[in-house]
Amino acid sequence: MNNLNRAKEKISSGERLNFDEILALYEDNDLLYLAESARRVKESKSGRKIFYTVNRHINLTNVCKANCPLCAFQCGSGDNRAFTLELNDVEKVVREQVSGIREIHIVSSLHPDKNFNYYLDTVKLVKKILPHVGINAFTPVEIVNFAQIGGKSFSEVLSELIGAGVTSLAGGGAEILSDRVREIICPKKCTAAEWLEVMKTAHKLGLKTNASMMYGHIETIEERIEHLIKLRELQDETGGFMAMMLFPFHPENTELGKKFNLRRVGAWEDLKMLALSRLALDNFEHFKAFWVMLTLPIAQLALNFGADDLDGTIGEEKIIHAAGAESSTGITRETLEKIISECGYQPVERDSFYQCVMR
Amino acid sequence: MFVRGELEKIEHKVLKGERLTRGDGEKLFACNELSWMGALADYVRKKICGDAVYYNVNCHVNLTNICKSRCKFCAFGRNVDDGGAYAMTIDDAIKLVEEASRDPHLSGLHIVSGLHPTWTFENYLAFVEVLHKKFPALHIKGFTGVEIQHFANISGLSVEEVLIRLKTAGLQAIAGGGAEILTDRVRNLLCPKKATAAEWLNVARTAHKLGIKTNASMLYGHIETLSERVEHLIRLRELQDETGGFQTFICFPFLPKNTALEKEIKQTSMWDDLKTMAISRLMLDNFRNIKAYWVMLTVPVAQVALSFGANDIDGTIHRENILHDAGATSPRSLAEDEIIKIIREAGRIPCAIGGNK
Repeated sequence: MNNLNRAKEKISSGERLNFDEILALYEDNDLLYLAESARRVKESKSGRKIFYTVNRHINLTNVCKANCPLCAFQCGSGDNRAFTLELNDVEKVVREQVSGIREIHIVSSLHPDKNFNYYLDTVKLVKKILPHVGINAFTPVEIVNFAQIGGKSFSEVLSELIGAGVTSLAGGGAEILSDRVREIICPKKCTAAEWLEVMKTAHKLGLKTNASMMYGHIETIEERIEHLIKLRELQDETGGFMAMMLFPFHPENTELGKKFNLRRVGAWEDLKMLALSRLALDNFEHFKAFWVMLTLPIAQLALNFGADDLDGTIGEEKIIHAAGAESSTGITRETLEKIISECGYQPVERDSFYQCVMR
Repeated sequence: MFVRGELEKIEHKVLKGERLTRGDGEKLFACNELSWMGALADYVRKKICGDAVYYNVNCHVNLTNICKSRCKFCAFGRNVDDGGAYAMTIDDAIKLVEEASRDPHLSGLHIVSGLHPTWTFENYLAFVEVLHKKFPALHIKGFTGVEIQHFANISGLSVEEVLIRLKTAGLQAIAGGGAEILTDRVRNLLCPKKATAAEWLNVARTAHKLGIKTNASMLYGHIETLSERVEHLIRLRELQDETGGFQTFICFPFLPKNTALEKEIKQTSMWDDLKTMAISRLMLDNFRNIKAYWVMLTVPVAQVALSFGANDIDGTIHRENILHDAGATSPRSLAEDEIIKIIREAGRIPCAIGGNK
């Protein structure tokens, strides 16, 4: 039996797919087979429910010492786009938040001069103003930076952040977990092993995290699949990942895009990778269709390709819009609910931990 | 609501190549099993027309936006004295096509326009004559059933005579627009001043008898009911049984922006768009080609539609006007290499087509 047939047999019996089988499914390129299979997996886990949340993104600064070629957001401190929020700016943003907010999401660049206390104080401030709201903050890339600038271990950094009020870690910065790829797209940020190590440490400390993959640049298909398998292995070990997100690379305004003359992959590839990842990551509960990256219409379609979460209202997204995303920077709860109901699913407002919120 | 067993019956019919009934079509619209439906449509597509995806390097020529019909769903039409009203001269048209001809792959023109209140049939005819003479290698697809009926009305000629004269002047195919929803209830509400359902079908039938291929379309997502969508598809299918003269069916989701319906009607979801695409493929078993018109669907959805029954993605267009007046967010033209990339990514074979398929 060839890999493709074996993959299909395993999918129908609910067995785990191996590397070769995932690759065979990718190459077969049968979009609707993948969709139908991924949708079944999704429905076996969360039925007709589709989650969303009311959240707000806060990007503290875009001044960054990493200068990753993949990024359109970061800039030097002298750039006229440069901004850095001080504590009183953060306070203003947080105090503006609507009463129903469930989560504050904080992700930023690696500021060359800010010390670890700046980040800790920011979290403490948010916690003080919104004590019952989840704080999903910092990617492992930032945690590694905190460890370096603070002279602390990952575990110490994470414990202090938990003490300050962080309730879960963001899933970004994974890009492709291969050092060959990272050397080209983000040479100055943490290695694949460090990213995984931070996640493992967080999970052991009881801190849940998300995971992600950024595809559609210079990685091979094999590297995408290896990435998925690395995440699956860690999830087997710790069970600490809540949701997986897929980020198609937006090449506009990036050095990487220019250098390799990259174009954004099509919606076909987006939906295919979503469905394939859902099938490969059998031990992940939730998959986000991140509408900022995908646009709302495609995010809606993604609900038929294995996603069970539309993320949230967001408020004001900056990072991906710097790379030319055309979606709006924030939407309402009503819009999210309508999008979900339109395709026959049941909208469920969730908190930061996928617990249903009663309103 | 649908029942699993009902869907299985439909699936059996499709797999055996049996025709779906009106009731089946209504059941499909009532159900939300999108990928199931898509997979069935994809199966039918593969069986009918294989893995090729057609596209063309073309140029849209909209002779005028001055229109006496002023349909409620249209953002393109203007009165003579409205701002933005225009009417091309023959020289304007030549200039536009010359500009588009800088692309050596240009192979076809698509001419669709408003019903100008003072132009005669000869005015319209002259464009075809001149463009055909000046650019004999370009395939000319022009005028919808609505325009042809209008030409007959204003000239006193029969539809058949109008078509013969256009064919003689160089017209090779008729465009698929103007069908909207082929029921008089909908047409009386939305476009009472243009060709009736029967007239539109009659133009297509007459053209087919003269050996002129035509396209067909459906404009959905406004005031029509889901059973009217099914009714529309069945009317097209019946005529196709009779003549076999339709080449391609195109689904047009209604874009409400800047139209008289803007306040009351919200744009369709992509979910509805793909569902309608798949159901059209399943119902229109005697049509070879189903087009995913990227201008209306947007490029990403048109690409995904290739797995929901479509085998044609339209063309490069050069400069689209009609739907951009209605707030279309897609670009006004697409580069040929972008079209090829989109088709290849979907695992299909890009196939440039000059004239009739």
